[in-house]
Amino acid sequence: MESVLIQHVREPNSFTLDFYLKHGGYDALKTALKKKPDEIVAMVEASGLRGRGGAGFPTGMKWKFVDKKTEPRYIVCNADESEPGTFKDHLLMERNPHLLIEGCAIGCYAIGAKVAYIYIRGEFFHVQQYLERAIDEAYAKGYLGKNVFGSGFDCDVYVHRGAGAYEAGEETALLESLEGKRAQPRNKPPFPAVAGLYNKPSAVNNVETLCNVPIIVSKGVEWYTSVGPEKNGGPKLYCVSGHVSKPGVFEASMKVTLRELIEGYAGGPREGRTIKAVIPGGSSVPILLPDQLDTQASFDGIARAGSMLGSAAIIVLDDTTCMVWLAENLLHFYRHESCGKCTPCREGTDWLHKILRRIERGEGQMRDLDLLASISANIAGKTLCAFGDAAVTPVQTTLKHFRHEYEAHIREGRCTLPADWRARQPVHAH
Amino acid sequence: MSFHPQMAYDATFHKSSRRLEDEGPPFVYTEENRARFDEIVTRYPPDRRRSAVLPALYLAQYQQGYITANAIRHVAELLGISRADVEDVVSYYTMFYTKAVGTFVINVCRTLSCAVNGAERVTEELCAKLGVKPGQTDPSGTFTLMEVECLGACDRAPVIMVNDSWHENQSPETVARLLDDLKARGQAALTGCVHMVERKV
Repeated sequence: MESVLIQHVREPNSFTLDFYLKHGGYDALKTALKKKPDEIVAMVEASGLRGRGGAGFPTGMKWKFVDKKTEPRYIVCNADESEPGTFKDHLLMERNPHLLIEGCAIGCYAIGAKVAYIYIRGEFFHVQQYLERAIDEAYAKGYLGKNVFGSGFDCDVYVHRGAGAYEAGEETALLESLEGKRAQPRNKPPFPAVAGLYNKPSAVNNVETLCNVPIIVSKGVEWYTSVGPEKNGGPKLYCVSGHVSKPGVFEASMKVTLRELIEGYAGGPREGRTIKAVIPGGSSVPILLPDQLDTQASFDGIARAGSMLGSAAIIVLDDTTCMVWLAENLLHFYRHESCGKCTPCREGTDWLHKILRRIERGEGQMRDLDLLASISANIAGKTLCAFGDAAVTPVQTTLKHFRHEYEAHIREGRCTLPADWRARQPVHAH
Repeated sequence: MSFHPQMAYDATFHKSSRRLEDEGPPFVYTEENRARFDEIVTRYPPDRRRSAVLPALYLAQYQQGYITANAIRHVAELLGISRADVEDVVSYYTMFYTKAVGTFVINVCRTLSCAVNGAERVTEELCAKLGVKPGQTDPSGTFTLMEVECLGACDRAPVIMVNDSWHENQSPETVARLLDDLKARGQAALTGCVHMVERKV
């Protein structure tokens, strides 16, 4: 498949407007403004574009649900990319920011919004500078602002910087944060399409999703659906990291398999090592085992294999990885990032982490394993957002596939697999 | 008292349980920051000035190094919201410091992809060289070492972030060199270290 999203990112100055215009930039916006907004929504719906942030919800449907009777409406771009293992939006915004800006503008036109906010995570300060530079360039040329291309369409795009909260990636928590509050999720319904930012109809879309919109407009629905299997159309960015020789962001059709991504694009495991497990969609999804590598890396393909494509963050773990340590590492993350709103999650992640830490140090008991399972079951499905389910997944999936490693830790009273990349002495200030 | 008798809370139970200890010196924005603040609030609807609380707090933090009760008071007055509303936000977001930090805050990513590529060794080296544990500032007040969760550059693991500058593909040797460079050249050592330069793509 020809690369369209990150085709030019390795070239110098790929982030400038001149470069973008040379490669057909803003033609899609021009085309879109000649159509009716409803036609754009219909096009996106027909393309089958599914949200690239994690849930895979059809974008066209999301836009169709936006209440067209209430003014003003908003596009909110979720650039909070913080799922462990995900770094695709980072690359897009740093090296191809105009594609996102064009996507925001077309999105605004389609749902009848005049303002788009790009909520970027606080740690991406350098990325924000590229993005704001690009926005200034677009304003200077009249691609943003009042009366874009003489069509009477006004569009403002602002970057809003977060301040370090994983939970802000959840769409309603993001809206809360954008309104100047703690990033904690809202009760749903109402969904953002009806009452989103400032209680007005809003569409919250991931960076990669919005970047796909100009491509649908310029290349057409037919081309777009022909890339990839049914209901999984369009180009997809995959982030491959962990124990691989050449980690990076790769663009492929969703016909690609996990094996092709890991062994082809990413150069396979390190010299002399074998793959032990693969997390196919960011830290919140169930582990797949080496015998499942021929799974198609599409939303539906990975779901059939019992996991989720999520944000397409593929983390590869080789035979030096202790799975109890892995669960402990990820629960340290979830414990820290729990927003504290729902009790099962706030309390439960802390308990899970404490128990995992003592097992990892060899101080655990066999009954702890049942306790882990029981606490997990009491968090999953009992919280306002999907964070609770995400947080218990590393525990449940490692217990399911690698229970023997937990038992070995408890029996031997130590980690049975000390890796050379671990610290010599525990350094973490827990 | 925790929700479970056998599961006591420890000192750092939840990140938002941080308390502001420091009243700090009197605080108002510099003229330059005030002008930037006035520009930032125009991005939001006039009746939604509260949206500017994060950028307003960043301005205060860049001006003073960390957030004090007086800074919170100033921001609250400018936005027309209560001080409790602002403190609520400050205590929640981990990128706002409520205590004085060193000139250089070194954040080492500790999450999975960085960890399996040796982030713990990087932290270990920094601890040894600075004589501190994660979360502490060295005696000279120059360096604060922190461990943070996923920074979102897992293909260039392990990643560290010094103030707002990223340094990628780190190892114990490269961070040792970076420390020496920071000591010798100060802020100048932080320029030119983003993705494209380091990876030479």
